[in-house]
Amino acid sequence: MRLNPGPGIVPRLIIGIGNPSRGDDAIGPLAIERLEALALPGAELLTDFQLQVEHALDLVGRREVVFIDAAASGAAPFSFEPAAPAADASATSHALSPAAVLQAFLRVTDEPLPPAFVLAVRGYEFELGAPMSAAAARNLDAALEMLVSRLTD
Amino acid sequence: MSFELETAANPAGLQRVVIEPVSRVEGHGKVSILLDDDDQVKQVRLHIVEFRGFEKFIQGRPYWEIPVMVQRLCGICPVSHHLAAAKALDQVVGVDHLTPTADKIRRLMHYGQILQSHALHFFHLSSPDLLFGFDSEVAKRNIVGVAAEFPEIARQGVLLRRFGQEVIRVTAGKRVHGTGAIPGGVNKAVTREERDVLLKDIYQIIGWCRSAVALAKRLHLANAGLYNSFGAFRSNLLSLVGPRGALDLYHGTLRARDSAGEIIFDGVDYSRYWEYLTEEVKPWSYMKFPYIRELGAEEGWYKVGPLARVQNCDFIPTPFADAERREFVDFGGGLPVHATLAYHWARMIELLFSAEAIKDLLHDDDILGDELVVEGEHRERGVGVIEAPRGTLIHHYRVNEDDIVVRANLIVSTTHNNQAMNESIRHVAKRYLNGRKLTEGLLNHIEVAIRAFDPCLSCATHALGRMPLSIELFDAEGACIDTLVKDSHERCG
Repeated sequence: MRLNPGPGIVPRLIIGIGNPSRGDDAIGPLAIERLEALALPGAELLTDFQLQVEHALDLVGRREVVFIDAAASGAAPFSFEPAAPAADASATSHALSPAAVLQAFLRVTDEPLPPAFVLAVRGYEFELGAPMSAAAARNLDAALEMLVSRLTD
Repeated sequence: MSFELETAANPAGLQRVVIEPVSRVEGHGKVSILLDDDDQVKQVRLHIVEFRGFEKFIQGRPYWEIPVMVQRLCGICPVSHHLAAAKALDQVVGVDHLTPTADKIRRLMHYGQILQSHALHFFHLSSPDLLFGFDSEVAKRNIVGVAAEFPEIARQGVLLRRFGQEVIRVTAGKRVHGTGAIPGGVNKAVTREERDVLLKDIYQIIGWCRSAVALAKRLHLANAGLYNSFGAFRSNLLSLVGPRGALDLYHGTLRARDSAGEIIFDGVDYSRYWEYLTEEVKPWSYMKFPYIRELGAEEGWYKVGPLARVQNCDFIPTPFADAERREFVDFGGGLPVHATLAYHWARMIELLFSAEAIKDLLHDDDILGDELVVEGEHRERGVGVIEAPRGTLIHHYRVNEDDIVVRANLIVSTTHNNQAMNESIRHVAKRYLNGRKLTEGLLNHIEVAIRAFDPCLSCATHALGRMPLSIELFDAEGACIDTLVKDSHERCG
């Protein structure tokens, strides 16, 4: 079992986080679904309910990583900020923050940390079974417009 | 009925301490403790949000959507819900026996899930307490601290997780949101290339799992006085067992033992589980309290999960794990081990069993077969039971003539352990908190007891800024006099 994925790794990784059945928490997986449809070259797409330590291994060998997640607070329609490793309190939970995943990467690999960003799309409703709110859907449109433009520049 | 320390005689005027949410467990949990003016513990309760909303959510959906839909119940053990639902819906489509290929691919998926879940729990959620001490420096007491002082342990934990997820990916089609199990079988065969990739690593994985058992055992034996008594209580045990009493986490019949290890019932067909198990409702908790019907609520509650399973079975059908089981049973000296912290040791025995079971399945050419699905005469009801990482998981559906789910009942592992967890924290509170000034380290003792059960309180919602942890201390007048808050963006404040 190796930490290193070997040659042929796709340089950019985009991870969408969230539960498709919990209202605006679907922002992350839905973003990945829409990016998949665009078939952008040079980007691997991944989705999961929540981040955990093993996602640190998905970062190995990348040139850039983008985490897409719903944000329950903060700026609308979205914020796009660099992420730095941090041993925050999420390290004690089943669901890590992007910063904690980066910290885990530093702890378990000897690889250089790739530049990482968090695309935090503002969401409002997170109830089980609820559809995505119209406001969150608009925020997601705006966020993807920015991201796709950045990816294709 | 009420147990000792469940309900204070005169709650008015008592100090109230709340730990909310409990950290390093899945989802949200809350512990409330009432103290009198002399700091004597008068009441302790674990409250948990349950899944009832989800049962309603899946009513009205076509039955074939359910195995995929229920994965959204939980971000940490979606495969268990996927398989329990598929097993229940096998019955709905009239299938009592899958093809050997489908049965073994599902088992492979399940043991991949057990492996990755147990690895996460031991290496990343519990090892900080066990390696550093329950009241060690809080900033160090997490996986980052473990990685700094024990880098190889942290590394192996990550790689065991990854291997388990590769097994899931190969059998379910994806690491998450997989669709591998469908009513009546599976929809994806394993290719020879996929099998060979996994085989290349499995012996290393088994080696690491053996080391993990050795570590858990060493920690227990090195401090046996503490480990044997911490949050310990006697109870009945419940789990599935396979043919001839083998440990089998995918399928079997229900067996229950009493606290002395005597059989209460055995060989019970789980499709009529309600004749043997029932649930009590308490006004202070959303989560029900299951118990063995014939014994009643006071005597019939039980524990599930690794500690129950490893002792409820007669043997483990893989050599390394069975040798470890025998040593564990010998440690009990002829009686069941009821130490809450022995959950860790038992869990690592199951980790090893899962790795060995994966190896055996990878060497079985049935997993490469192409007979994936069988069909039968549709029925209106189906029950699926599986031993999920945390214990017995029951899915029960009723489907109408239009193939729509009209009723769903889910009894999850953590619900089965509800009374057991409450008992454990009451023992800890009485032993460690009585008459003492509360500190973070002391309150963590309560969390250590809860974490030993690895409860899955399932709150799969994950969004930035929504992972708070707060501990609030109230005085006798009900005024909040101290608060400790953590969230995902800041260190413990």
